[in-house]
Amino acid sequence: MSDLPPIPPDDDEDDFGVVKKFCYVNRKAPYGTVYALESLEMVLIAAAFDQDVSVVFMDDGVYQIKSDQAPEAAGMKNFSKTYRALEGYDVEKLYVSKESMEERGLTTDDFLVDVEVLDHAALSALMAEQEVVITS
Amino acid sequence: MKFGVLVNEGPFTHQCSDSAYQFTKAALEKGHEIFRVFFYYDGVNNANKLAEPPSDDRNLTANWSALAEEHGIDLVVCVAAALRRGLNDDILAPGFRISGLGQLIEAGIQADRLVTFGD
Amino acid sequence: MSKLHTINKSPFDKNSFDSCLTHAEDGSAVLLIEDGVYAAVAGGDVAAKIADASSRLKVYVLGPDLAARGMAEDRIADGVSVVDYGGFVDLAEAHDAVHSWL
Repeated sequence: MSDLPPIPPDDDEDDFGVVKKFCYVNRKAPYGTVYALESLEMVLIAAAFDQDVSVVFMDDGVYQIKSDQAPEAAGMKNFSKTYRALEGYDVEKLYVSKESMEERGLTTDDFLVDVEVLDHAALSALMAEQEVVITS
Repeated sequence: MKFGVLVNEGPFTHQCSDSAYQFTKAALEKGHEIFRVFFYYDGVNNANKLAEPPSDDRNLTANWSALAEEHGIDLVVCVAAALRRGLNDDILAPGFRISGLGQLIEAGIQADRLVTFGD
Repeated sequence: MSKLHTINKSPFDKNSFDSCLTHAEDGSAVLLIEDGVYAAVAGGDVAAKIADASSRLKVYVLGPDLAARGMAEDRIADGVSVVDYGGFVDLAEAHDAVHSWL
């Protein structure tokens, strides 16, 4: 992701008049595979469509928002700061699985964005009410 | 019912594209509408017309092209994912078109169900 | 609103099987596809998890993927129903959304 897409103007062209609850579920670690990077691009583009977007980090997906990433040492591009840009795109509902976080020895102090931590019952309930679930 | 289908992996390495293809065919046979099939991540490689699998095995690219031609379904390859992987209009198989991620979001909004196939 | 969850990896290979079952709400449906069908075979170490799952969820397995892998339908654990691709489509229609555990 070279340049971030511009923050979309608040017009009605892409509205379709329908607002659905979109949930992006991230279960994979960054850098070992491309899913973290390219799913983030999906979330940014979705922002232009004024949908009700939630982003869930669970299982190894919690590693995507770990602070202090320095992939340059491995010859890769650091895209982690883009998670901080989500708020500017009105994507503010970021959730982390409590069990996934804890079983990996992480706390919210390890994350580069503010997230709401949910235990599995609360996360189940949240995902159950979503209308479009996109996973990678 | 209108279905959207998201294909995250390329042909052969994962069963993803096969599963998506079989699901799509079954939905059409049941009289449902396929709003769009969107190819993202390595899924863009399903659109490469240069693929030459052995003649006694299925040709997923040709299968998708044939399905598009027979039923008029919209097969969309993500431009950003395609550029990253060296897939462009010069090698695009019939029935596929290259467009933006917005087409996936539109499918999520307009279709009744979006089904994801991947790794 | 109840979801159709799909699991496409073997329970011995990835944690998507466990993660899905932990998070699938009671009354929702789980469909095992691709390598996920191995979880449906009776007698193995995941039998207890499948028994528990089928007591509170509706568990299905994709027949063509079982056949592909040489698993006869009579080896399937109790409580798991076999469907074909048409059945997969019906399940997607019957539930309000599909959540694929990739």
